[in-house]
Amino acid sequence: MPLVFAGVCSHAPGIVGRADQADPAAKNRLYDAFEDMRNRLEASEPDALIIVAAEHFANFFMNNMPSFAMGMADYYEGPIENPDWLGIQKTRIPGDKSLSERLIRKVMEKSDVSYAEEWKFDHGIMVPLHFLTPNYDLPIVPANINCQGPPLAPLHRAWAFGQALREAADSVPERIALIGTGGISHWPATPDSGKINEEWDRRFLDQWSRSDKDAMLSYDDSQAYLDAGQGAFEIRTFMTISAATEGTEGTVHFYEPIPIFAVGCTIATINL
Amino acid sequence: MQKFLFELNRDEDFQSRYAADRRGALAGFDLSEEEQRALTEPDIGLLFHIGVNGQILMHFAAFHSIEWQDYLQQMRDGIDTYGPVREGVYAVTGYEGVEAHSDRLGQTSNTEEGR
Repeated sequence: MPLVFAGVCSHAPGIVGRADQADPAAKNRLYDAFEDMRNRLEASEPDALIIVAAEHFANFFMNNMPSFAMGMADYYEGPIENPDWLGIQKTRIPGDKSLSERLIRKVMEKSDVSYAEEWKFDHGIMVPLHFLTPNYDLPIVPANINCQGPPLAPLHRAWAFGQALREAADSVPERIALIGTGGISHWPATPDSGKINEEWDRRFLDQWSRSDKDAMLSYDDSQAYLDAGQGAFEIRTFMTISAATEGTEGTVHFYEPIPIFAVGCTIATINL
Repeated sequence: MQKFLFELNRDEDFQSRYAADRRGALAGFDLSEEEQRALTEPDIGLLFHIGVNGQILMHFAAFHSIEWQDYLQQMRDGIDTYGPVREGVYAVTGYEGVEAHSDRLGQTSNTEEGR
């Protein structure tokens, strides 16, 4: 069936793990925006959710690093982090091996992707799920783009991955939702944690919401690193959603820099 | 060195062995004496200076019950003590330091909240 939902959101671990250190009003605005996104997701009545994240050396490491990977299991576990540190308790998250395999086979026709039958979700997936499927009752198909350990796949390859995901989602009878998670400008877990280049973020989100492919593909990792930190490499996850919904505009429902969360917190959906 | 931390972050049994015998847990990893010292003390600033990715290092700091703000400060102190990051993604452009970096971005500095 055609894709039933598409959007993007932040996944920074501090959103839950350091919630008590944030300005309560700012935190509540973000949490309300997540709640709104959850309502939109549920209203689309999905059978499964493909979540495109940029994990942080939880499953994939430099000894064998795939540029693109998808999960193919009937269940997953998470979070891999200390539950007290992340603020999310360990749980089992449902998957759908059959659906994953059908999707992966279709994606492989247009894009190179690795598959993983074991996957311990880190905050890149667990933080969004904590808000969007808090009962862990929606089958998840995890997808990962290496945004951490260079060399990284060029942006146009992330775009091709998104296009392939869309073709795959449309090819199965299930109602598929698609969410990309990541940061825009940020310097996570470094001495510069808490810095946010709001101007850079707003420019990118404007391009993203207009589905401006040329503008998004014109980013350069070296310059992005200087202007927006290594966290900006994660624009690949946002661009994947654009590619999957190419030509369709999106709406940024929430954007607000929250330094203690170390990112400009973002909630946005595609106007399908 | 990052491989050691990657394994440690993922494996609770390995964490127990490291807690019981830090030096012994390093066996089997190709580590310099400096790296071994950084991993066993632990010296978060030195680990960051050598080039450990923060996405790996922050979990090691949390494992040692180092609070978030202290973790960030120990990295800053490491840069002051040992110099710029030697290898890895943070060494791509060299590291100018927190304040100079903020100036270049047009930001006054990290807010206390951000830190």
